[in-house]
Amino acid sequence: MAYSQGFTPHPKISYASAAPTGVASEAEYLEIGLRESVDPAALRAALDAALSPGLDVLDAVVATDGSLVDRIEAAHWRIELPEVDPDVLRAAVAAFTAADEVFVERMTKQGRRTFDARAAVIDINVIMSDETPSEAVAVPCAILELVVRQVTPAVRPDDVLSGLRVVADLEPPVSPRVTRLAQGTLTAQGAIADPLDAGRDGAVIGGR
Amino acid sequence: MGSSSLRVPLGIMSAPSTTPRSAVANSVWPRLEPLLPQVAKPIQYVGGELGAVAKDWDTAAVRWALMYPDAYEVGLPNQGVQILYEVLNEQPDVLAERTYAVWPDLERLMRAHQVPQFTIDAHRPVRDFDVFGVSFATELGYTNLLTAIDLAGIPLLAADRGDADPVVVAGGHAAFNPEPIAAFVDAAVLGDGEEAVLEITTIVREWKAEGSPGGRDELLLRLARTESVYVPRFYDVDYLPDGRIQRVVPNRPDVPFRVHKRTTMDLDAWPYPKKPLVPLAETVHERYAVEIFRGCTRGCRFCQAGMITRPVRERSITTVGQMVREGLEFSGFHEVGLLSLSSADHSEIGDMCSGLAQQYEGTNVSLSLPSTRVDAFNIDLAQELARNGRRTGLTFAPEGGSERIRKVINKMVSKEDLIRTVVTAYTNGWRQVKLYFMCGLPTETDEDVLEIAAMAHEVIRAGRAATGSRDIRCTVSIGGFVPKPHTPFQWAAMARPEVIDNRLRLLKQAVNADRSLGRAIGFRYHDGEPSLIEGLLSRGDRRVGAVIRRVWENGGRFDGWSEHFSYQRWVEAAAEVLPDFGVDLDWYTTRERDELEVLPWDHLDSGLDKDWLWQDWQDALGEYEQDDCRWTPCFDCGVCPAMDTEIQIGPTGRKLLPLTPVNGLRVPSDAQQ
Repeated sequence: MAYSQGFTPHPKISYASAAPTGVASEAEYLEIGLRESVDPAALRAALDAALSPGLDVLDAVVATDGSLVDRIEAAHWRIELPEVDPDVLRAAVAAFTAADEVFVERMTKQGRRTFDARAAVIDINVIMSDETPSEAVAVPCAILELVVRQVTPAVRPDDVLSGLRVVADLEPPVSPRVTRLAQGTLTAQGAIADPLDAGRDGAVIGGR
Repeated sequence: MGSSSLRVPLGIMSAPSTTPRSAVANSVWPRLEPLLPQVAKPIQYVGGELGAVAKDWDTAAVRWALMYPDAYEVGLPNQGVQILYEVLNEQPDVLAERTYAVWPDLERLMRAHQVPQFTIDAHRPVRDFDVFGVSFATELGYTNLLTAIDLAGIPLLAADRGDADPVVVAGGHAAFNPEPIAAFVDAAVLGDGEEAVLEITTIVREWKAEGSPGGRDELLLRLARTESVYVPRFYDVDYLPDGRIQRVVPNRPDVPFRVHKRTTMDLDAWPYPKKPLVPLAETVHERYAVEIFRGCTRGCRFCQAGMITRPVRERSITTVGQMVREGLEFSGFHEVGLLSLSSADHSEIGDMCSGLAQQYEGTNVSLSLPSTRVDAFNIDLAQELARNGRRTGLTFAPEGGSERIRKVINKMVSKEDLIRTVVTAYTNGWRQVKLYFMCGLPTETDEDVLEIAAMAHEVIRAGRAATGSRDIRCTVSIGGFVPKPHTPFQWAAMARPEVIDNRLRLLKQAVNADRSLGRAIGFRYHDGEPSLIEGLLSRGDRRVGAVIRRVWENGGRFDGWSEHFSYQRWVEAAAEVLPDFGVDLDWYTTRERDELEVLPWDHLDSGLDKDWLWQDWQDALGEYEQDDCRWTPCFDCGVCPAMDTEIQIGPTGRKLLPLTPVNGLRVPSDAQQ
């Protein structure tokens, strides 16, 4: 690893839009600086071996021009809401979608902030629960999928849930289970493209 | 690594993951996981660190849950637990997992959702294990022990436990007087743990293989017969009408009158930790620590660690070099601590420091040497280690402010030596040094403590003169003295918190009396109140167990943390519980004991001869110093003959060879996955 200069050198790592605490993710991206060139596939294997089970390094490419942060334009989220009736969720989503602005509050490092949670949401859908069985859940479970544009302050899944509470009094009885499914550049069609594609030169590096 | 790893998103916290945790039959994870988003720093409960071991439950013959009774951030770096974890897991048929104290936010949720105390390795209930080993570096972890036992669903009192409950074993320095927790533990082990855990494992393995004959009682009896495992239930304590102990005697014929400490000789044969744990959450120490020797014979009379870990046993320079190389390679740490009770005293410390400094020159590895020796040699070593450009802090520990009190505590350093040493540090480029003292020492007066101010003023004055700069500082750090069992001060009276606090106030005034000098002096101290409670617990007997229980029932947790510690809660519990026994808080703390009083730990043998300890206590009162037997003849403390041990020191004459630089990627050889 490369280290920063100075009295207390730090390893050169930067995270692009890290998921909030308590949220699962299938798609996190980070940039690290190295002292020397290495084979990305070997690097992937070495990092993966040093990390805990469940923290899996899936792919590594050599960084090209431009920072990774610039390539993270949107994120795709799934929110499982156990014990919530899908029809109730559908009504709440309809109210949310119909609104131009939905103001929510959150504590940030700068203190309590109020901001719009609606504009950044590109897509929001209630999906049929049998489409995405994740783990055995004995109780009914409504599932929401979202595509949210990367803005400042970031609109997080819990902000969208706050928005559903604001517009439709939706109060999940138990903690929602949130997973980030993907993040990356936003295509003209509204899909999310892998931010590492730019570093690939057409060839896939690192076994996926 | 280091703190940067903190920001790794918690991708494993909930919902599906690409590599799901392998199914563990008795895991509480499915019930624990939904609680974690609701608590602070949930990653501390997740486990799976580099260095962690996952073993199959069913094929293990003996299963240990190891606990350090404090939060993950304090407990994970604990050297003792890491060593035992590795020693046990190296046995093919033994499984060891770790558990730490859960914070009150998670405790509340666990109680509400019936989630038991769990190990962080495979999230198994602690109650499912054969042995529950708890390591006490300090007595302030006792209330956390009760929380863990209770959350585990194990009966609080050892007497109420059945064959399905694990054997609760206490270890660590506080286990040299386990009497205050005698009702809550099944056994205590004194001294070094490496061989002790294997011996206990052998006994448990055989007893289980035989079909657990005689149940729990028989197992405890077999442990007691080793003469190095103390089983409190096999001993009765009788009291005199005035509250003092009359005698402690076995209540059955086949257990020993005295239980002896364990001593691991030949540290080169036990080069642990080999695969240090790399924490996932931020912890108090993030470094690879190697013990360069155990034991200390400097003879500081307040120092329990120095008394109970005798004799001095060095690890050789070449083993230390190999451990550092392999430990860093495995873990990726970039800080190394060369630990011991007085590291500059290793017979080959000079070659060790210059050898390691040379090996790691030009890398990101920094080396540190905790040493409290007040002499120029210490500075030479620190300079050697600073070759990489990073100066570590320099701490000198005169411990006592006046020449007189330093004779009482046997810390042989003169004021002139101290000032010369600190000035040498300033002239060699250090801008700041830390001076460590104690307050509340036996025979101490206000004047003894006020001399600390004079010393600090003199240090700054001389430092300014020598460097021609006003840009030098010193920090005066003051800890409260707590008399400990198996030391010459085990008979001493503690000073009251009001007395301590008043002395500290006077000292602060004296430091700031000269504004120019006072500005260059930082002042850090602890209040007297927590020390008094630590004193109650360290020299307490079985009756103090009722106080611990009452405090715990009233919400006492994490007593080592100032934001959680409540002096009032301890004082009230003592006032409620102790009068029934005809004693009180003062009786345990501010009362001086006489020579013939039976002390609660007299039946526990640290090797130190009680007559020698008493003589050393008399020497302390007479302000008479004692030499170090490493360099002067034996002074008959009793340890070597009683334990059949001897001093093991170098020099070996060997040197550390330059390392071949390792470039490219290193994959942890034995990492999980």
